[in-house]
Amino acid sequence: MKQNTFKAWCKSGSPWIWMNAGAVSIAVVMTLGLLILIAVRGLSHFWPADVIEAQYRIPGQESLIIMGEVNSREEVPAARLAGAGLPVDAENESFMERQLLKVGNRDLYGADFRWVVGEWLENIRTPEDIIVIERREWGNFYGYLTDVRQNGEVVATGADAWPALEQAMDRALAIYDDIQQLEKSDIGRINSGLERVRLQERGYEMRNELTPELEAALEAERTALNNEYAELEQHLMGLYQEFNRDSLTARVSDGREKEINLSKVVRAFQPNSMTTLDKIGHYFAKLWEFVSDEPREANTEGGVFPAIFGTVLMVLIMSVVVTPFGVLAAVYLREYAKQGVVTRTIRIAVNNLAGVPSIVYGVFGLGFFIYFLGGSIDSLFFPEALPTPTFGTGGMLWASLTLALLTVPVVIVSTEEGLTRIPRSLREGSLALGATKSETLWKIILPMSSPAMMTGLILAVARAAGEVAPLMLVGVVKLAPSLAVNGNYPYLHLDQKFMHLGFHIYDVGFQSPNVEAARPLVYATALLLVAVIALLNFSAVAIRNHLREKYKALEN
Amino acid sequence: MNMQSSPQDTRIDFDTKAMQRHRKVRHFKDHFTRWYVAVGGLGVIAAILLIFLYLLSEVLPLFSGADLEERTRYQPAWAANSGAPLMLAMEEQAEVGVRLAESGQLAFFQTADGALISEQQLPIPDGAQITSFNVESPTSRQFVVGLSNGQVIIGRHDYRVTYPEDRRLITPSLVFPYGSEPLTLDEQGRALDSVTMRVNGDNMALIGSVGRNLVYTRISSRENLMTGEVSVDQQQIPLAPVSGDIQKVLVDPLLQWMYVFNGNQYVNVYALRQDGALLERYPVVEGADRKVTAANLLLGGISLIIGDNEGNLNQWFMVRGEGTSKLTLVRSFDAQKGTAITDIQGEERRKVFLAADEKGRLGFYNTTAHQNLMVESVDDRSVAAYSIGPRAADLLVEHTDGQISAWKVDNPHPEISWSALWGKVWYESYPEPDYVWQSSSGSTEFEPKLSLAPLTFGTLKAAFYAMILATPLAIAAAVYTAYFMAPAMRRKVKPIIELMEALPTVILGFLAGLWLAPLLETNLPGIVSLLILTPIAFIAFAFAWSKMPEKVRFVVPDGWEALLLVPVLLIIGWFSFEMSIYLEAWFFGGDMRMYLTHDLGIDFDQRNALVVGLAMGFAVIPTIYSIAEDAVFSVPRHLTQGSLALGATPWQTMSRVVILTASPGIFSAVMIGMGRAVGETMIVLMATGNTAIMDMNIFEGMRTLSANIAVEMPESEVGSTHYRVLFLAALVLLSFTFVMNTLAELIRQRLRKKYASL
Repeated sequence: MKQNTFKAWCKSGSPWIWMNAGAVSIAVVMTLGLLILIAVRGLSHFWPADVIEAQYRIPGQESLIIMGEVNSREEVPAARLAGAGLPVDAENESFMERQLLKVGNRDLYGADFRWVVGEWLENIRTPEDIIVIERREWGNFYGYLTDVRQNGEVVATGADAWPALEQAMDRALAIYDDIQQLEKSDIGRINSGLERVRLQERGYEMRNELTPELEAALEAERTALNNEYAELEQHLMGLYQEFNRDSLTARVSDGREKEINLSKVVRAFQPNSMTTLDKIGHYFAKLWEFVSDEPREANTEGGVFPAIFGTVLMVLIMSVVVTPFGVLAAVYLREYAKQGVVTRTIRIAVNNLAGVPSIVYGVFGLGFFIYFLGGSIDSLFFPEALPTPTFGTGGMLWASLTLALLTVPVVIVSTEEGLTRIPRSLREGSLALGATKSETLWKIILPMSSPAMMTGLILAVARAAGEVAPLMLVGVVKLAPSLAVNGNYPYLHLDQKFMHLGFHIYDVGFQSPNVEAARPLVYATALLLVAVIALLNFSAVAIRNHLREKYKALEN
Repeated sequence: MNMQSSPQDTRIDFDTKAMQRHRKVRHFKDHFTRWYVAVGGLGVIAAILLIFLYLLSEVLPLFSGADLEERTRYQPAWAANSGAPLMLAMEEQAEVGVRLAESGQLAFFQTADGALISEQQLPIPDGAQITSFNVESPTSRQFVVGLSNGQVIIGRHDYRVTYPEDRRLITPSLVFPYGSEPLTLDEQGRALDSVTMRVNGDNMALIGSVGRNLVYTRISSRENLMTGEVSVDQQQIPLAPVSGDIQKVLVDPLLQWMYVFNGNQYVNVYALRQDGALLERYPVVEGADRKVTAANLLLGGISLIIGDNEGNLNQWFMVRGEGTSKLTLVRSFDAQKGTAITDIQGEERRKVFLAADEKGRLGFYNTTAHQNLMVESVDDRSVAAYSIGPRAADLLVEHTDGQISAWKVDNPHPEISWSALWGKVWYESYPEPDYVWQSSSGSTEFEPKLSLAPLTFGTLKAAFYAMILATPLAIAAAVYTAYFMAPAMRRKVKPIIELMEALPTVILGFLAGLWLAPLLETNLPGIVSLLILTPIAFIAFAFAWSKMPEKVRFVVPDGWEALLLVPVLLIIGWFSFEMSIYLEAWFFGGDMRMYLTHDLGIDFDQRNALVVGLAMGFAVIPTIYSIAEDAVFSVPRHLTQGSLALGATPWQTMSRVVILTASPGIFSAVMIGMGRAVGETMIVLMATGNTAIMDMNIFEGMRTLSANIAVEMPESEVGSTHYRVLFLAALVLLSFTFVMNTLAELIRQRLRKKYASL
């Protein structure tokens, strides 16, 4: 058919087809655009951007020198700037460029970021010797290095200062590692030992079994621990003294001098003088820090290792629980239950539970697991710790169980699908050879449906890893004091609260006092989470397709 | 058959002991597996269904009502000749009771058995008798006694709790906070017919009445910060007399209003802050035979509960109008209709009041929930006095024959009723009935306002805007993917859209709140033009494409149109956003947000329903898409082939045959998508302001049921009303999605059967 006029073309229905095609492209563009957005923002965070220095002249005011990284720039109507109280000539200029500069030095300026009008920046330059210092508190520092000191005595100035600083940094970081080791593992062990002794004593007391001999034994143990602690503390004091030895002095853009102790410094570098290779090295070092280190400064800096650890451990425990139970229920429904109205109803109910809002599971977990089960466990097995709850508060175990409940329908549905796909002939063949039903199940059906179980499990894991709402009720915290697995008896602490990647995103993005500074880190965390989940999903799809091929071959 | 085995027989014997054992073991294993699987499988399923039952079990106590049960009854000898009781009260634990009698005897006793702990006589001057009595408020435990010589005595019953040998010991005592010497209220020494006191910080109002005249003394004490010396300033303020004998005077805790009941049917409202000016006279009961028989203030002192001789109970409070406040009838309760109300008392910590009537019945009412919790008989005639404990779990009743009975009250959740949860409620200090969700506040006298209506509204509003975006997009995309798209492209597109479904909603919420919301705020005109331009650009491009020479057109085969539209979409998107600031400068004076608020009067929040609609729409699209695509794809081929063979165009076949056949499946896809939108938590939590308002405005936020649970559940006290209402919210969500999904599933199953038969 020839389509000559617009009218005829419309009548043929083609516009509708094109509109439908448009819907597909919108959906695809949205998805890919979102992924690209997260990837770009998340990955660019670690790149050491150049630091600019410029004269900033607000009309009618003294000009001042401003230094920082350009974070973003946008065109805005001059009227809006005028509305914000800036001396903009809104009559003549209609649009102006607005830049967000990361100026750092929060302790001096009060804020990390500053909006400036691009047109008012003059003499923009990138001096080679600007240093950026990542600090353990107060965020980044930008300025010029003036000297390096030891115990307050200047040891290097001018051109020598930078090499001296690099050397001193290496030393300080080495001491920092020692201190961390001491504080985290050795002192942590003593503290947990002391707590254990206290609980033992309280337990004996409550059961009226506290004899003088027992008391003396416990006291001896306590004294031993305390002595050990005193010794460690002595050692630690010495380390701290060494740690605090060096400091640097630097000048910020407005001329003020600032002394920074090296114990407060994580990293110092000169971005403007770095080669591309240096920058790549720096980039990967930062990336590694992100996945392997602990968070700093209320989670807005540093790494997310505890959150990764918490997420993975929780998902692991959940998998251990959900797989056998899900498979059991599926096998019952498909192989043993009489197929009738009841079974169908149960199947629909199970199916629908996958669509129940996750927050409902959270409410259930909080009420049933934590307050009811946890409360009972506490009063039965941990009365000596009361009123501090052991299992009667949110924790790793309850979070895993809640998520197991949330994902068990996924495993059931997927396993059932796998069981249905196994051809009848295989079952009948096995039975005809004299195998009992259970033998058929164990030797034929379950092994053959194992890929389906795997698919179900992977889908369940993918769902669990991204779920946050229920976890907020059952044990996720913004900052856990220690990992749920550590060197202290009993090594696996299922009652402990934990950190989670998804909750980390919510918490840092929305509860943090310094959202602007934390935002790049949130993008990076989001990217990590998406990557894990996408990987799991694609592997589930691959396994599913592989499985289908396998049974197609069997049927023929 | 006779079988003889011989050594040389080579046949295998299947019936040896070992084989028998082996068979038994196999048999046992088979059975064991059967039972194991059945028990385990059913157990798992039961555990899942337990969720529903558990939620229900947590919610049910909300609606279980109240119960009253007599514990014990005794005739205390120490009360024998002391006269009628003026006051009956209990301390916090309800272990110790106190009784003040007309003779001036104040006795502390054990509530469990009536044993006397201590007794004391009020310092009444010789020749004077008690003529009136009132309590300041149950919480302060202060009371005032008016005497026949115009003097008053102010006392307080006090309790000290100690734990000698780990056991609780409560030591009661009577103290006189203003000295044990009687204070003179009426200078002329007339007998006080009624007396009222109210303390607010350092100020106290002391009011007595003699016939139709009021005596009002304002006492303010000021402590010198340097010396710690307290100077007391006492001031008599003349008040206008009223018509008719004064029966009762009530003063609110802020010393703002004074309510004087005079005659039988009137309340005079005085403004104490305006030096006791008489504001207005309100008739509070109507009808010639009716008269006020009891009145009291509710917790917080804002509401006035008035009972009459026909058993009507009415709640009144001052409602601020234009300039003046008016005493307004708010609610009526008629569960005790027909019997005169004799006494009204409020609970100490909740908006619950008790009304005793002439037949010896006690009615328990909650004002906010507008419900009668129970009416129980405690005697067969009017009781002499009664008192509810501070924790509202115990009740003491003194009968006219001198007996005292102790009762156990079980009334855990009086503030919840169907109408309080879903209807408009007129809260104290509000100008009119409204739907309010406000579960906590800094003040202790705060009454939680637990209306689920604004939350449900917010939930549906969020879901509505999400569905407006998601439904057309998802269905159109599904139709195209399933029917028009080239298979090679379909294999690539489907996993991408399915990946959308796996994206954690916390990421969508974070992007919506921190990236999309500011973006929309600054580029509002761009978004609007994007919505308008996109379809136009698609059509224009498609028409232009159809005009292309065949050589160009045949480069891209049928079924790849979507790919061609991707660059169109990107260009339009880029264009719209580039144009945004110019549009804003030309049409909206440079700031569209200001324009909306100032010129159009539309409130604008940065995190609004539009943001939620986009973000949640994004989350719902893949759900709808994959189910709808499935439904369209599984429409039997011969139907479409038949239609095409009869000369219908592909679009005609699509719209008249395929969509019609697949419509139940598409419908069920929409329902499941709706279920997901309703229950979604993280997106709404992060992308809305979480304010519980009821307004369809797309530029304002909302608070949804799920986000509300996530925010408030961790802080809620276990077993409290708030806790159970949050469980109810979860149950509402569960039931809603469950019903939606079940319907969708049933429709899909029927559809599958239909296809099978085609």
